[in-house]
Amino acid sequence: MPNTSLNAVEQQANPPQPPSVVEILTDAAKESVLKVQEYSLMAAQSITNLFTPPRYGQDTLTQMDDIGVGSMPIVLLSGFFIGAVMVLQTGSQFQRFGQVSLTGDIVSLALVRELGPTITGLLVAGRCASGIASELGSMLVTEQVDAMRALGTDPSRKLVSPRVVATLIMLPLLTTFSCFIGLVGGMVASVFSLRLSATTFWQRAIAILQFSDLMQGFTKSVVFAFILSTVGCYQGLNVRGGTQGVGRATTQAVVVSSVLIIVADTFLTKLALFLADKL
Amino acid sequence: MASSADRGIQATDSQEAAILFSSVWLGFEEGPILRGLSFSVQRGETLILLGETGTGKTLALKLAAGLLSPDSGEVRALGQGLSSKSEDELLEFRRQVGFVFQEGALFDSLTVGENVAYRLHEDGVPADQIEPRVQEVLRFVELEHTIDQLPSELSGGMRRRVSIARALITHPPIVLYDSPTAGLDPITSQTIITLILRLRDVYGVTSLLATHRLQDGFGLANFRFDPKTRSVLRDSPAEKSSESATRFLVLRDGKIYFEGSPEELLQSQDPYLRRFLI
Repeated sequence: MPNTSLNAVEQQANPPQPPSVVEILTDAAKESVLKVQEYSLMAAQSITNLFTPPRYGQDTLTQMDDIGVGSMPIVLLSGFFIGAVMVLQTGSQFQRFGQVSLTGDIVSLALVRELGPTITGLLVAGRCASGIASELGSMLVTEQVDAMRALGTDPSRKLVSPRVVATLIMLPLLTTFSCFIGLVGGMVASVFSLRLSATTFWQRAIAILQFSDLMQGFTKSVVFAFILSTVGCYQGLNVRGGTQGVGRATTQAVVVSSVLIIVADTFLTKLALFLADKL
Repeated sequence: MASSADRGIQATDSQEAAILFSSVWLGFEEGPILRGLSFSVQRGETLILLGETGTGKTLALKLAAGLLSPDSGEVRALGQGLSSKSEDELLEFRRQVGFVFQEGALFDSLTVGENVAYRLHEDGVPADQIEPRVQEVLRFVELEHTIDQLPSELSGGMRRRVSIARALITHPPIVLYDSPTAGLDPITSQTIITLILRLRDVYGVTSLLATHRLQDGFGLANFRFDPKTRSVLRDSPAEKSSESATRFLVLRDGKIYFEGSPEELLQSQDPYLRRFLI
């Protein structure tokens, strides 16, 4: 439209109104609800995809290798030193009461119920949720996801489900290794720092564990796996703004999945304690 | 500016057209991009979508492939209405359409051979049948020697050619090209256009080609590939067959600004169209 003096007068008479605070808050709330809805649909679809073909077994194996085997070194290394540092911290307190032998109990319970799944979940979130988000985000901005759809492939089946399934399988295994190596680290610290025998440490560590403790750790690792893989996929497949957007999605994937893991841990712990009392 | 959109889409188009757009509107947060787009592409025909950047050429191609849904209006391809199809039905439909993306959009973690064979693997074609078919299409685009290379090891023009090979591995009746020569030097662009010519004249595919380069359209309109002599020949108007006709459709602000033959476009005195001809 030509910028005539008449138009200028009209524009002056009806200047665009800035949105009110209520409108801004309403829009932000709607956007948040929409994101939660999109995330929930994607997460649910990643599981329902498994009940109908096509299924991508080879892609799942590749992801299991990348997520599981690839994360093994950092999980084992961290697990060992977390076990050791727990013994150093708790052992000095138990020494005051002459109950050094309880060190095995506390390290075992803390690792299996809490630290094993949570620390492993956070480590794998840092390594894999970011990796998933950046890989899928890069595919999205280079139109590879569109190319996949144009070639008749459902990206949800090809990209999301294999990553979710691979994480669901590998994170509990990684958690198991982490707990075991944590106990090894605790034992080494007990032997050299507290002069506790290795046999006593292991006997106490194993005897204190009940089935409910193992189930608590296992359940947490499964839930954390679902959270970190689906958040990574969601952030990656919703990148906006080219390569800069990929960077933002990567950061968001780690932040959101880490926070959700810690929040979910609180509720799962409460639920597990409630069920342990009831059953 | 008069266009055949103003004349309306003929009733017979819906029965015969390979691609049919009827009053298609599509927009995003910033406002409508396509504003009531109506056109058809007959089987075997080549339609050149010409327009400046941001006029909605790529969106039109993605609508034709069912990768996007219109806000209103209808898109039909190969006699099927795309707007009402579910995503699973659209996945099936897209197996009949080849799509060549602007930058190739090759899967960067797969080799050239794996990229080209992608759709065959998805269809569960036995491995011993895949190899010869991949060799055949790579020979068609003259890139047989790159079968084990990664896309990152290829030049821009080679990536586009691999993308064309990937699109035609199942011999689809429709191929959509999104600015296939954008950012390429004139010689490589000519190679790509020759390849599209060969694809049209050897396999008889219906083509919808989005571009902002007029010479791409005239290359397709004025030349043909002779399979017998395996050479590109200049087409005289008398020899042009109606099946392999090439038409131009110029988009401006999401609407059809011009629709007609290459000759009509050349003869146009419209100042906006003349800008493309300079």
